[in-house]
Amino acid sequence: HLCFSFSSCLDASRPWLCFWILHSLELLQEPIPAAVASDVCQFLARCQSPTGGFAGGPGQHAHLAPTYAAVNALCIIGTDEAYNVIDREKLLDFLWSVKQPDGSFVMHVGGEVDVRSAYCAASVASLTNILTPKLFENTTNWILSCQNWEGGLSGVPGLEAHGGYTFCGTAALVILGKEHMLDLKALLRWVVSRQMRFEGGFQGRCNKLVDGCYSFWQAGLLPLLHRALYKEGESELSQQRWMFEQQALQEYILLCCQNPTGGLLDKPGKSRDFYHTCYCLSGLSIAQHFGNMDNHYEVILGKEENRLAPTHPVYNICPEKVAQALQHFLRMPVPEVMLNFAPNKGQRFCKGSLTFS
Amino acid sequence: MSDIEETVESVQVNEDKEFDVEVEEHIEDEFAVDPTRYIFYRDRKEWADLEPVPQDDGPNPVVKIAYSEKFSDVYDYFRALLKNDEKTERAFALTADAIDLNAANYTVWHYRRVLLQALSKDLKEEMKYITNIIEEQPKNYQVWHHRRMVVEWLNDPSEELQFIADILSQDAKNYHAWQHRQWVIQEYKLWDNELEFVENLLEEDVRNNSAWNQRHFVISHTTGFSDPAVVEREIQYCLNQIRKAPHNESAWNYLKGMLQDRGLSSQPGLLERVLELKETHCSPYLLAFLFDCYEDALENIAQKEKVEEEEQKETLRKALEICQLLAQEKDTIRKEYWEFLGRSLRNKYGNGTLSDEPMNIWFERGIHLLVFKER
Repeated sequence: HLCFSFSSCLDASRPWLCFWILHSLELLQEPIPAAVASDVCQFLARCQSPTGGFAGGPGQHAHLAPTYAAVNALCIIGTDEAYNVIDREKLLDFLWSVKQPDGSFVMHVGGEVDVRSAYCAASVASLTNILTPKLFENTTNWILSCQNWEGGLSGVPGLEAHGGYTFCGTAALVILGKEHMLDLKALLRWVVSRQMRFEGGFQGRCNKLVDGCYSFWQAGLLPLLHRALYKEGESELSQQRWMFEQQALQEYILLCCQNPTGGLLDKPGKSRDFYHTCYCLSGLSIAQHFGNMDNHYEVILGKEENRLAPTHPVYNICPEKVAQALQHFLRMPVPEVMLNFAPNKGQRFCKGSLTFS
Repeated sequence: MSDIEETVESVQVNEDKEFDVEVEEHIEDEFAVDPTRYIFYRDRKEWADLEPVPQDDGPNPVVKIAYSEKFSDVYDYFRALLKNDEKTERAFALTADAIDLNAANYTVWHYRRVLLQALSKDLKEEMKYITNIIEEQPKNYQVWHHRRMVVEWLNDPSEELQFIADILSQDAKNYHAWQHRQWVIQEYKLWDNELEFVENLLEEDVRNNSAWNQRHFVISHTTGFSDPAVVEREIQYCLNQIRKAPHNESAWNYLKGMLQDRGLSSQPGLLERVLELKETHCSPYLLAFLFDCYEDALENIAQKEKVEEEEQKETLRKALEICQLLAQEKDTIRKEYWEFLGRSLRNKYGNGTLSDEPMNIWFERGIHLLVFKER
């Protein structure tokens, strides 16, 4: 599975390929051979930057997106070898090096800001137990400022509400325990309105086209909102269904988003790719499963074999892997920020810093 | 998220348009070499001093990429430059080749910026360069960020609005383009003509949600939405667009979005105007808007004791009627949602809750909190 030839335009996204493929396999309940798992660990170790965080490939600079992907991939593997790849102290240094005074994070040193970065940072920090309140000072307010007049969230304050960014902002706030500070009702109205009444799938933005990947970014918000509203004392929530049309989404994915030779895609006529395979399957899992292991309701369209493993709506890896990773890293102390050795200590808050070395 | 969407599985072997057979045609003229023929860096005399650095994928690589010979050659030399921290003209020239092969390589872009400064390169030339790259690859994060850096260094936004308008003329919803546009406008205070720009876009496509968003952006940062004259003008504008295209969700969302902070029922006469439209220009969005008006009225009625209980009951009845109409007939894809809203409203203002069992939250750190009781 990991032996396809990939396009060189993904040369700065190789940990993503690891995550997209590993997550797809875990959803399909396909075991990962130990040798493959070990090879992935060693490869991701080479993608880890000496100054912390993971890069798009060996020798490249660290970037929050491949960092998110690498940590998730390693948690899916879930062996000690995998967990041990992550240098937690350096990872914390890296997160500090991209933190901005206004609460946002740049995606990489000298790079751009948008709400994806907060999610990537919160995800890896919480899973590896390096999260401190100081690291996310002002982040909550920055993310909240991304909720706009439409009810959804934009990439940066002022822009159009967008499914990918809305997921990132909301999931980040859930990790920080601050999701109640959003206008949940407005967000709920926005996201349910993104399900297309004819296609059954979701659009990324109002008045745009359906795309299979939004099966996760958008539909994945409903479990998050369900929980958030419950915590706010909402008594009328369904106890069997998410607040979107689960069957219609499954129909869209299964009938319109499959490549007959394997893999999934955006919409009919588009070519398959591992990103869409991952997120169509993740969305299918969300649409199939409500609730938990012991008491949960399933809606499986088609054959029994269509059932996928459940996925965690915050991290998008299987819930068992989340629990296992948390258990592993919570035993370790939260690293102290090594101010004397951090590479950018003088430039911590320098936006668009040029000189890296 | 467009940079991670661009996955193409096909093995790309021939990226070199320069590899053509022109050279063969000059067979009689042995020493005339086609100046556009591509030469690997490893064969270039002026690079002979530099030892290329092959990629360290390790002994058992995964997610292997089928690099073309050209790609490997360029990047082997890029890695060498990086290793030596070389800040020269030739390094700068190489970054262009590396970018051409993978414009999403943010490490290369960063290095190029370091070189732009270290070599005091002509930033106006760089603007031309980045303009061309963005035209070719307008959905890439790195190219827009690079342009922003160059504009900042030059402190010259004079080309930006026109350039972005050109990109938007090719894709009126390009998220990066809008992001750059908002940054330029805010940073350099170029608000003056933007509302007109937005109106032109909406003339072309009244369903362009990005344009509606920009409208909100401009107004909220200039006149604001507190001025009643502005609000009335905007309501008028929305209703006009709705008359032309009743099933345009953007217009309805804008109407609601603009008014929701102050409360929909705070706008006198609006409910009546919408009820008028209901006869000839009905849509699920109109109905949802009516629901929102009724809900807002209930919210405010609750605070004013003078309102008769009858009136409150009637408003609640109308709201619930719309919920049911939407759930059962007009917006069935959102049935679960409208039914939830109905239950919620009834619970809050009506007969009380129908459910009394706690829910299980199964994903709370993988630990079960409460026991789920089946109804």
